[in-house]
Amino acid sequence: MIPAPFEYAAADSAEHALELLATFGDDAKLLAGGHSLLPMMKLRLAYPSALIDIGHLRELAGIRADGDELVIGATTCHADIADSELVRSQAPLLAHAAAQVGDPQIRHRGTIGGSLAHADPAADLPMALVALGGSVEIIGPDGTRTATADAFFTGFLETSLEPGELLSAVRVPSTPGVGWGYQKFVRRANDWAIVGVAATGGRIALANMGPVPIRARAAEQALADGASPAEAAGLAAEGTAPTEDIHADRTYRQHLARVLTRRALEHQAG
Amino acid sequence: MQVQLTVNGQARSDDVEPRLLLVHYLRERCGLRAANVGCDTTSCGACTVLLNGRSVKSCTVLAVQAAGQQVVTAEGLAADGLLHPVQQAFQQEHGLQCGFCTPGMVMAAVGLLAENPHPTEAEVREGLEGNFCRCTGYHNIVRAVLAAADAAATEATA
Repeated sequence: MIPAPFEYAAADSAEHALELLATFGDDAKLLAGGHSLLPMMKLRLAYPSALIDIGHLRELAGIRADGDELVIGATTCHADIADSELVRSQAPLLAHAAAQVGDPQIRHRGTIGGSLAHADPAADLPMALVALGGSVEIIGPDGTRTATADAFFTGFLETSLEPGELLSAVRVPSTPGVGWGYQKFVRRANDWAIVGVAATGGRIALANMGPVPIRARAAEQALADGASPAEAAGLAAEGTAPTEDIHADRTYRQHLARVLTRRALEHQAG
Repeated sequence: MQVQLTVNGQARSDDVEPRLLLVHYLRERCGLRAANVGCDTTSCGACTVLLNGRSVKSCTVLAVQAAGQQVVTAEGLAADGLLHPVQQAFQQEHGLQCGFCTPGMVMAAVGLLAENPHPTEAEVREGLEGNFCRCTGYHNIVRAVLAAADAAATEATA
């Protein structure tokens, strides 16, 4: 399968990428690892007029501590996040989530910024960002802004990124020693989650239980009010309306959300 | 557009369409046909090559994304007429049947051992999760990778 033709430009810097975005217009897409975008282009589900390559920009890659947060450059690949001692010690849920993405080859190419901007509700990193209460840094023609995980995901494969903007970095709270749980139900190795649950610090995020990764707020509230993990997990599917597909209907997904939330709360690591 | 990169140690410069996938560039422009197009959907790993030393699926990389980088295919492993230790181990342990997945399997194994020279059996199985073999049931492939790791360890202490 071969993508439809497009113009290609390698950006010299993040600033240059913004200029190229302005030049090429709304049909242009940013390319980093390309592991969400290129498969869609090969299937002709996406046919951008131009690709602006930011994958090689050192200024957009890397992991550092900034006060009580970790800052992860958008083009940092999943393997580097999963292997990072800093992430493993300060935000182990994120390191674990990065290690769950695809397979080794995919983790060598796919990037955290790309995965978040693609915003698949079944994916690992969007759910992890919501569970951690992280945020994304966005640069654009009007400067820099920050979007919280809860506000960033706006719909199925949709985010608050505007045309002309670039997701430049990801911020997650540094929470060494805080327990976390991560559960994903798949039919086969490497499949997308039928349902996923990530829980830490009293927050519970669900994957594939709606068009965006969502919080299990009723269960969170119950936990805050002193409920046991099992009692709280019983509320994990409250207010959800998951899609139905060949793998699972709504009732089954809601059942999975409750079971996996209980497991995530009862089997905490860290 | 012009793309300059290194393939199996040789510097190359080629005029390519931006949409040309790395696997097609390697097979059709470089004449290197070890990397196979299997699933063409980033699943099966038959197209695995090393990009700057790390295993990648070349059906999901544009040739232009490899500009300025080092690509190694299975053809680039043998040195001085000798098969690479991982290739030797696949031969000795009979880590193949039809052979279609083998070049990708070998490249994934080379990449795995570069990152983790002494993997456990479980780590080998997880490390090869991005490569499908529809013949062997994986047992001999896993044995081959473990044997290659042992051989490298023996050589290092000899």
